[in-house]
Amino acid sequence: MIDVNNSPGASGSEPSNDTSATRKNTTELVKATLARRYAAEKRFRFYGIFAIAASLLFLAVLLTSIFIKGLPAFTATKVQLEVTLDTELLGIDATANEDAIRAANYAAVIKKAMRERFPDATKRKQKKELDRLMSTGAEYDIARRVQENPNLLGQTVTLWLQADDELDALIKSGVDLTKPDAISTRMSDQQIAWANQFKETGEVKTGFNTAFFTNGDSREPEQAGIRAALTGSAFTLLVTFLLSFPIAVAAAIYLEEFAPQNRWTDIIEVNINNLAAVPSIVFGLLGLAVFINFMHLPRSAPIVGGLVLSLMTLPTIIIASRASLKAVPPSIREAATGLGASPQQVVWHHVLPLAMPGILTGTIIGLAQALGETAPLLMIGMVAFIVDIPTSITDASTVLPVQVFLWADSPERAFVERTSAAIIVLLGFLVAMNAVAVLLRKKFERRW
Amino acid sequence: MVDKALNDTHQSAFDAIKETVGEFTVADPKMRTKNVDVFYGDKQAIFDVSLDIGNNEVIAMIGPSGCGKSTFLRCLNRMNDTIPTCRVSGSMSLEGEDLYGPNLDPVLLRARVGMVFQKPNPFAKSIYDNVAYGPRIHGLSNNRAELDDIVIGSLKKAGLYDEVKDRLEAPGTSLSGGQQQRLCIARTIAVSPEVILMDEPCSALDPIATARIEELIDELRENYAIAIVTHSMQQAARVSQRTAYFHLGKLVEVGETNHIFTNPSHELTENYITGRFG
Repeated sequence: MIDVNNSPGASGSEPSNDTSATRKNTTELVKATLARRYAAEKRFRFYGIFAIAASLLFLAVLLTSIFIKGLPAFTATKVQLEVTLDTELLGIDATANEDAIRAANYAAVIKKAMRERFPDATKRKQKKELDRLMSTGAEYDIARRVQENPNLLGQTVTLWLQADDELDALIKSGVDLTKPDAISTRMSDQQIAWANQFKETGEVKTGFNTAFFTNGDSREPEQAGIRAALTGSAFTLLVTFLLSFPIAVAAAIYLEEFAPQNRWTDIIEVNINNLAAVPSIVFGLLGLAVFINFMHLPRSAPIVGGLVLSLMTLPTIIIASRASLKAVPPSIREAATGLGASPQQVVWHHVLPLAMPGILTGTIIGLAQALGETAPLLMIGMVAFIVDIPTSITDASTVLPVQVFLWADSPERAFVERTSAAIIVLLGFLVAMNAVAVLLRKKFERRW
Repeated sequence: MVDKALNDTHQSAFDAIKETVGEFTVADPKMRTKNVDVFYGDKQAIFDVSLDIGNNEVIAMIGPSGCGKSTFLRCLNRMNDTIPTCRVSGSMSLEGEDLYGPNLDPVLLRARVGMVFQKPNPFAKSIYDNVAYGPRIHGLSNNRAELDDIVIGSLKKAGLYDEVKDRLEAPGTSLSGGQQQRLCIARTIAVSPEVILMDEPCSALDPIATARIEELIDELRENYAIAIVTHSMQQAARVSQRTAYFHLGKLVEVGETNHIFTNPSHELTENYITGRFG
């Protein structure tokens, strides 16, 4: 390569024969392998298409099953009832204060109304069965109306009231109520006959299930809602995002742009990668030991959940951010450095904006993981039965996947559809998060 | 066997380069380097190079690939600082100030010694912001009008203004390769450096764009000292006043460009410029 003077004719006429002979040979050899190579490619393509088709099929089956099971939960049955708000039965009069109005005996009023509607229920057992057609939610509904308008006391009003989950399921299933033997339900034939009467006279209707989105958890399926879990998830994710995003991005920038390459940074890098592979329940144990037992943060609270999920999300975001920073072409760094930008200016003005779409994608992946996480939250007590909607990050709360877990464990049949409905809401939450990520990506990518 | 023979010839060629032929100093240097050695880890890339860069001159650095000319160029504004294993010894100075001394911060140095790279590398910003970036970070303008003047002046000097004056807000990356390289030159000029280093600025460009850049280099010589690394000997002959020939990390010969190209003193230089190798 250096001293060509010593070997002037090294590549003279001799090799040309050799070349043409080789060329002929090469043609034949290549021809012989062509069919095999193309077959291999075809096979590989087929594997790919098959894999994608199979995964699409499974996804379709999964989603279809969830939606078929879950969609009925978004509607609820209401019963029309003529209720006399008898002050004597309620035990209050027009001068009652708010607390008294709330505590009044609305159950008696509803029972009376039902018995007036179906006078044929005379036996004790029949009366009990009749009472069970209405949800306890109906009492809260009447209480709310009376609170809003105390003038209703003493009047007779026609109201649409919440039906019990069994009646709700019966009406929504759309079966023929005249043949009670063919129906699989826990309701008695007598109850089905009453339901049929309601249906024939148009005294039942199904409408949007607002209770599902406004209530917290409940032992009564028709009153159970996801509001508490949804709020809890939102608070938890907020804490997770606020903690993990800045810390992870700062760590990634430092490690990628400023840290010297030595044994310490190698150890840190290996450990970050290992952290990403630690089972999430271990983080839950750590959260229990450190945040609750040592730091005495409130149990079951989104702040602890957020802290634990941050620990879990950090490695994901760090790894994604580092990859994204590494992918920024070095020529951009050189250009800025060559102009006299300080290392920090190079990063903030040029590298970070270009890496931002990738960092955001990593963040969303991490947060999506956190949103679906159950195990570590069980350890810190977010598996509680939460009726009240949490109002701050220190209130006891639960999250969507834990709510799904709790409902899936409940024996009442109406919880089956609510479990699936909660999964649909969880998926909706995820889709919304991804949509935000896509929007942000678009916004940052325009700077290219 | 072959490898060993090659290594031997390599070694003998390396040993044959005793000291630089020709006058490596100038009377009134802008930058002066003496006995510079550069190491990447254990590997030495530059051996005992001494070279001056004069005022208002274009000095071309030529030589086969891997001869260390780019490495040397990048030492002149401490771009090699970004490579952790890189180590520089010897003395390098800009107007008598030590480049690696405590008084000359690398950020300040790079503002005074600008650099144009092999591949056009405009920022992911508008044409205007590309040129305005340097003045902005160094605080060279007090208001928008002054900044406008700097940007437009730089674009004019780089011979790009007429082509882009209607779309200063368009992204820098939307320009053609040659335009992008002139944008990079405009960006460098905008900081008003004293020296401009060019690392094969035309290697990614077509002949027409190359011709425009060469014209530009010639015009810029009036105000700046320019050091250009190039693989094209024709380009070196066209644009430079002095030429330095590097080989295997050593500076073999340096002298007036027409002297080097018509009557080289060193055998290796002659072999290279006559196209026997490289």
